[in-house]
Amino acid sequence: MSPKTLYDKIWDAHVAHEADDGTCLLYIDRHLVHEVTSPQAFEGLRMTNRKVRAPDKTIAVPDHNVPTTPGREDPKNMTEDSAIQVAALDKNAKDFGIHYYPVSDVRQGIVHIVGPEQGWTLPGMTVVCGDSHTATHGAFGALAHGIGTSEVEHVLATQTLIQKKSKNMKVEITGKLRPGVTAKDITLSVIGATGTAGGTGYVIEYCGEAIRDLSMEGRMTVCNMAIEGGARAGIIAPDEKTYEYCNGRPHAPKGAQWEAALNWWKTLYSDDDAQWDKVITLKGEDIAPVVTWGTSPEDVLPITANVPAAEDFKGGKVGAAQRSLDYMGLTSGTPLKDVEIDTVFIGSCTNGRIEDLRAAAEILKGKKVAVKRAMVVPGSGLVRAQAEEEGLADIFKEAGFEWRLAGCSMCLAMNPDQLQPEERCAATSNRNFEGRQGRGGRTHLMSPAMAAAAAITGKLTDVRDLM
Amino acid sequence: MDKFTTLTGIAAPMPLINIDTDMIIPKQFLKTIKRSGLGVNLFDEMRYDDDGAEIPNFVLNKEAYREAEILVAGDNFGCGSSREHAPWAIKDFGIRCVIAPSFADIFYNNCFKNGILPIALPQDQVDVLMKDAEKGANARMTIDLDTQTVTTSDGETFSFEVDSFKKHCLMNGLDDIGLTMEKAASIDSFEVQAEQARPWV
Ligand code: SF4
Repeated sequence: MSPKTLYDKIWDAHVAHEADDGTCLLYIDRHLVHEVTSPQAFEGLRMTNRKVRAPDKTIAVPDHNVPTTPGREDPKNMTEDSAIQVAALDKNAKDFGIHYYPVSDVRQGIVHIVGPEQGWTLPGMTVVCGDSHTATHGAFGALAHGIGTSEVEHVLATQTLIQKKSKNMKVEITGKLRPGVTAKDITLSVIGATGTAGGTGYVIEYCGEAIRDLSMEGRMTVCNMAIEGGARAGIIAPDEKTYEYCNGRPHAPKGAQWEAALNWWKTLYSDDDAQWDKVITLKGEDIAPVVTWGTSPEDVLPITANVPAAEDFKGGKVGAAQRSLDYMGLTSGTPLKDVEIDTVFIGSCTNGRIEDLRAAAEILKGKKVAVKRAMVVPGSGLVRAQAEEEGLADIFKEAGFEWRLAGCSMCLAMNPDQLQPEERCAATSNRNFEGRQGRGGRTHLMSPAMAAAAAITGKLTDVRDLM
Repeated sequence: MDKFTTLTGIAAPMPLINIDTDMIIPKQFLKTIKRSGLGVNLFDEMRYDDDGAEIPNFVLNKEAYREAEILVAGDNFGCGSSREHAPWAIKDFGIRCVIAPSFADIFYNNCFKNGILPIALPQDQVDVLMKDAEKGANARMTIDLDTQTVTTSDGETFSFEVDSFKKHCLMNGLDDIGLTMEKAASIDSFEVQAEQARPWV
């Protein structure tokens, strides 16, 4: 047999039909659904009298719109249009008989955190969701990617997706990370190196010692941002850490089924002589704690650098960089460490897991925030409960952080958590686009430890100075 | 779905790179449960000031481009969020074709599901089209999907690539789901075989 990549293997195991021109129907094992990108899809089913083909493989949870303050089960505490979307999801889940975690359920949270937590996401699966950060699930060695609402409707009706195969790209991070450097710094540094379109047309497999050394949480952080590099999906081969994470989760297989699953999962790796269409290698020890300075996730620099000048760039990026600097209110040549911060946001599907909260709490222990506002939004109700049990919530509260309920919150500011114009935020989320966290708001992306450090000093800060 | 065969219309120039879907349609407009009515909010934060008044020098607010049916843009158009509200808003405004050096994957796919043709051309050709678009309302471009060509107002023609299946669906206004359902037997037999191979799924 010809050598295959991990992506090739999962792809081949899921082709339900292939046309002469290579257009395939890819069978979908898990379809995750949230309230913002699904109402029109369910409406489409109703209009055409179609059913959900595999309700058992379809899981819904409201996350984007929901307030993260107490009392949110009462629709009166939501804006009217948000309440309508959440009510529509409630109704669609019930009418079509799909798995559902309503806001009142402790298991509710950001869809990409709930899926793995509940054992819905397993190695070798195909996972889709009407959300670009579905790439997160690739951390389990699953082929996972975002789709549009028309495709959501297509998957609901047929449990397949019309697809052509992407190319294979290998991103290898060799060696060890230095102290203070985390999964977020890896994934931002890769995007900094490849650009936001560098992965377009590819599925990226992340590999190398520094990736193997990451926990499952860290691997999810890395894969989460594959989409920010333009890739269709990011994927990491499963290993003992993966199996251990999955074992015992509510929807993971048990007993003989577990053994059978394990046997297959152990075949899920890229063969030694597999062909790659593109290869990128970074040395783990070269990666520094980074922050973004602009309005594209590729605008990444080590925290020790200065704000760049538009002339440092080439082609269309010159104008884009100038626009970013103007929007961000930054002057070229200023040390990044001198940039003052108003707000700190810790959360999102990139960094809203227990390990992220631990990393931030470690820095915050016994300290006070020096910013106008600081909030922690756990990625799920279960992450929140665990953080309370471990005493992390107290550390955050004592430091002056707001301790919120689970949801997307200020990652995209569809709920009441928004930046004011020109308000500058240190955020652990994944997008620093213009207006992403609120009209005119200025976002600097970084790791949870770096965000915690910024909270303490009131400026962009090198976390290594506080360690 | 609406068919797309040929189009002759005004092209609006937007020479920005990395135009993301948050710019195309900011999140406050994602709270709708409908597909229609998003055109007035297309590029909302670039198009209107804080009081909701039009910003005069934004391209789609200029007299020449109010009726634009084509958009010529910079590299990596449609990056970011998967929101299909972006193509819905573009379509609702009246734009049926977007030309750029490259597109983000999900946005590109979403266009075809909504009767919009995204055309990727090399940067130097996009530069020519950008110049042509800058001439304003009298300079009409022509797109022919059948022959896979874009013709400038001066008659210069460029060929573009498009996947044959996507082209077929767009030219005939075909509904993907209906097409896939014709292959239900393949899906059924796949499910039977997958259930044996991976019963835990
Ligand atoms: S946390 Fe942010 S990026 Fe993740 S799903 Fe929610 S809105 Fe999207």
